[in-house]
Amino acid sequence: MTQLPATTDKKLGLVIDLDTCVGCHACVISCKEWNTGSYGAPLSDVDAYGANPVGTFLNRVHSFEAKQEGCPSQTIHFPKSCLHCDDAPCVTVCPTGASYKRSEDGIVLVNEDQCMGCGLCAWACPYGARELDAMAGVMKKCTLCVDRIYNENIPEEDRVPSCVRTCPAGARHFGDFADPESNVSKLVAERGGMDLMPELGTSPVNKYLPPRPKADVNGTQPPALEAQSTEITGFLGWLDRTLEKI
Amino acid sequence: MHPAPSVIVFSTISGLGFGLMLFMGLGLPDVSGWVAASFATLALGLAVIGLLASTFHLGNPKNAIYAFSQWKTSWLSREGIMAVLTLGVFFIYAALWAFMDNRIPALGYLAAAMAMITVFTTSMIYAQLKTVPRWNSATTPLLFLLYASAGGALLSNQMTAALVLLGLLAAIQALAWLQGDSALQRSGSTIETATGLGGLGKVRLLEKPHSGENYLLKEMVYVVGRKHAAKLRVLALLGTALVPAMLILLTEVNHTIVGVIMISHLLGLFAQRWLFFAEAEHVVGLYYDAR
Repeated sequence: MTQLPATTDKKLGLVIDLDTCVGCHACVISCKEWNTGSYGAPLSDVDAYGANPVGTFLNRVHSFEAKQEGCPSQTIHFPKSCLHCDDAPCVTVCPTGASYKRSEDGIVLVNEDQCMGCGLCAWACPYGARELDAMAGVMKKCTLCVDRIYNENIPEEDRVPSCVRTCPAGARHFGDFADPESNVSKLVAERGGMDLMPELGTSPVNKYLPPRPKADVNGTQPPALEAQSTEITGFLGWLDRTLEKI
Repeated sequence: MHPAPSVIVFSTISGLGFGLMLFMGLGLPDVSGWVAASFATLALGLAVIGLLASTFHLGNPKNAIYAFSQWKTSWLSREGIMAVLTLGVFFIYAALWAFMDNRIPALGYLAAAMAMITVFTTSMIYAQLKTVPRWNSATTPLLFLLYASAGGALLSNQMTAALVLLGLLAAIQALAWLQGDSALQRSGSTIETATGLGGLGKVRLLEKPHSGENYLLKEMVYVVGRKHAAKLRVLALLGTALVPAMLILLTEVNHTIVGVIMISHLLGLFAQRWLFFAEAEHVVGLYYDAR
């Protein structure tokens, strides 16, 4: 059903650390690899080796630059996937009941056996988290690797979303936001985890940790080193004195 | 937003059909027998062709039957249900009118109200989207209702009603364009709120996440042809409202003139609906530093 659950028992989601993400796109690739071979229709590519390759991805990394007047700019790599919103507008607009939010863990999923591929959910999402697959004609989105996190056939350390497992910088964290003692809840509290486009009232579960303040970006350059000696000796000293006289 | 031809045809043509049902529900034009049957066939035909066109943009139309199930939350589902119910009620009403010579006014009023509710549900598919500030406005349902009823008035030869509706339509359309041009700015969503990085200064996109196109850019960051927007706005206003109004006021309206009026109205309507999509900015564009 496309009615949102009033509350969910767990609130599973991701914390993405914009301070440590190095923009390597490993999460993009591992996500594509895992999700093209498991849950639902594969993530297709069209013209993959041609001039205009287009493909379906559930996770993409933008790179932004932030700059204050008179300061050096900062580069921020910005991974973006479904935020599994508490007030998910993509779910309520769905006419077929294919989109739903699970009451047990809050994961937003698409039942591809019911999706008619109208694309309205992608229109309703502010974050660009849903992409209609060009070959399968059904809506694809992040499943939070629902087929890994509860999967008892894989080693325990692999029971996290593929993007989290692969991130070499440790910039992605998976956990339960309903539990105030969880790793993700603590990270959000410590580092001021934030919502994207809070003005749209979607109440995202995923949180982003802002880059830590840099010591020297506020325009205060470190003081120049003091000259240790004013007397120049040797050949350069002779040259200096000679040039002064001319 | 991408102006898919199927969606433009759907919303304009089915709107005209339901607009004609509005006037026929009120017993207009005052005809009977085969003439009434022809008008009813036109109304049903336009609505059905429009609704069929809407299925052409579906990626997976075999599951379209499920679209009647989620009326509790989804405006698109409500629209599907209302459209089918309205077609049914209007069919019974028109069949009794044309073939049994037994027009039941109460049933007609019901069909008229249902036709307008159907158009309203169509408009809410767009007006509900906070992600498209230009659409997220009371002018969207107002315009859909006015375009449908004005078209219905023209088709049913109710020229006095048509003049009033066309006047209203032109005024609300101009207001919608004026308001719409600043809607994204007024919405408060910026690249800074989208990224949460406003505290670090002015944000710009340094590098896109992918070198080519993708579904999001094609579907929601459609910017092709916006440079012709001003000309198309003039054409839309001329075609839908001004030319028909002038012809009604200045000529003896006969079948040929009605034909010219309808062609002008329809061309204007296509231009208007194309602009409705092409000019609408989706906030996901902010992640691409585009609007």
